[in-house]
Amino acid sequence: MVASLYAPSEANKALWVFLEIEGDDFARVSVELMSKGRDLADRAGWTLCGLLLGSDIWDRANQAYAHGADEVWLLDHPLLAEFDVCAYSHATMQAIEEGKPSVFLLGATPNGRDLAGRLAVRLRTGLNADCTDLILDEDRGVLISEVTGFGGGVIALLESAEHCPQMSTVRPGVFIANEPDPDRLGDLVDFKVKLKKADIRSRIVERHVGEGVDLTQAPVLICGGRGIDGDFESLRELAELLGGEVGATRPPVDEGHIERERQVGQTGVVCRPKVALNFGISGAFHFIVGIQDAETVIAINSDSEAPIFNHADYCIVANTHKILPALIKAVQRERESVNV
Amino acid sequence: MSDLEIVVCMKVVPKSEEIRVDTETLLLERTGVRSEINPPDMNALEMALALKDDQPARISILSMGPPFFEPILRVGLAMGAERFFLMSDREFAGADTLATTYTLAKGIEKIGNFDLILCGEESADGATGQVPPGLAEWLDLPQVTLATELSVDRKKRIVQARREIKGGYEIQDVKLPTVISVKTASNEPRFIDYNRKPWAFDDAEVAIWSHDDVDVEDGYIGLTGSPTVVSGLREAEVRERRKEFIQGSPEKIASELAKRLQGIIT
Repeated sequence: MVASLYAPSEANKALWVFLEIEGDDFARVSVELMSKGRDLADRAGWTLCGLLLGSDIWDRANQAYAHGADEVWLLDHPLLAEFDVCAYSHATMQAIEEGKPSVFLLGATPNGRDLAGRLAVRLRTGLNADCTDLILDEDRGVLISEVTGFGGGVIALLESAEHCPQMSTVRPGVFIANEPDPDRLGDLVDFKVKLKKADIRSRIVERHVGEGVDLTQAPVLICGGRGIDGDFESLRELAELLGGEVGATRPPVDEGHIERERQVGQTGVVCRPKVALNFGISGAFHFIVGIQDAETVIAINSDSEAPIFNHADYCIVANTHKILPALIKAVQRERESVNV
Repeated sequence: MSDLEIVVCMKVVPKSEEIRVDTETLLLERTGVRSEINPPDMNALEMALALKDDQPARISILSMGPPFFEPILRVGLAMGAERFFLMSDREFAGADTLATTYTLAKGIEKIGNFDLILCGEESADGATGQVPPGLAEWLDLPQVTLATELSVDRKKRIVQARREIKGGYEIQDVKLPTVISVKTASNEPRFIDYNRKPWAFDDAEVAIWSHDDVDVEDGYIGLTGSPTVVSGLREAEVRERRKEFIQGSPEKIASELAKRLQGIIT
């Protein structure tokens, strides 16, 4: 069997979380992981460490303590100013060889996945991707990762007990982020990384970042499927009225009616809104996965046999094109009567 | 200037809409389930073919899997690929990402001459998206994931990739050779070329490699080379809902819904 770079017996009882910097804050999934990590570390009596990479990021350590870190490993280097997967892999590898954590967690973001995929190979360890839950078996010191498979119908538990660190990437939105505690204190490990220019192997020529949507945080989710025939304009109008966001099943996304970042379900985003309204969606399991944490589910579909009705609190068998305009009017009326 | 050498990694998956899980045994019910080329891999192949439309290039398909992959992946030859290598051996079976990427990397080393390695964003069955970075690591190459457009400067030996990032995009330059994963649905895979059909499905020779044909170390392949262990399987719980039907005219339904929404949201 392939042996990992260091054995579980040599590992420290520490749980590391890769803190992805996003503007003035960390990526939401990093904060979610810190909250879950805090919980796991407390139960097991382990140390929770935040791993911070960047250039001139000294002020970020306090933010990491506030989010629950006992210790921050700060890798500050001019060559880490931009995320370059090769440079970030080198730097992280050096820190891991020194700190020898038992567990290393990353958000399943594009950068998190890129980094995790390379590091797992370099460390000769197992990597569980896109996990939906984490359990720490304290007695064995083993991380058990939950993943959904085959369209969301099956849940598998994965572990790699013989290899270290035990790595998982976790899907955004599955854990709830705690409020930061600005008074929390922690220890700083100022880790000196060795990098050279040649470690950077990509060059960013251009970058455009608009206002990204984060469906995981939307309180109201208005989803459209094949049955709405691409009429997302009406859904947007309703979403605006209700202070929500528009989501979709895969077919309208594939057909170009709406951006892919709004795809809900197994291969898209898993949401936990107060209410999810579903228009013209039949309700395949891989979509249902994306709304099953909604407090209330409302489904409108012309087919009374549509499986979505088994997963809805309020079911309406009707033509969505008739209900939508009527609903928009009714919500407007409701608003006016409340405001009077 | 030599032709662009492109390797496209492809696999075959059960059609996702036909997969059923036996609720007793929690095993996949494979009977009657048809197979197809992993849809994201078709986007990777189309990306390679589009590059070949613009410059002299040779496309090699590389896959790891059982012998039944062969007839299915010949479609790639009919679409325009020149060569097809299938790594097929019981010893390769049961591989997780570490063992899979190791084995594919060994296959790529055996192919030898390559500028670009293209992969689909993820597989429809595993859906981890971790193969492209793992492959790049074994081969010590740079990587660009989630690319939606590529252009190659053969003289400078640079590939320029546009990739999707949260809320936008970026354009990156990377030196050849490199590993690229192609964003799912970023292009429309072409139909097969009927002129190529007789060759692709009957005459083309497909190289089938066992573990003896590639330079693999013991313990790195298949189940034994896989650190990840499945320790439990269960059916996903389905949350019970009220399933209350609301009936009436569209106006009546709408006003009923609006009242409930008001109550839920505020």
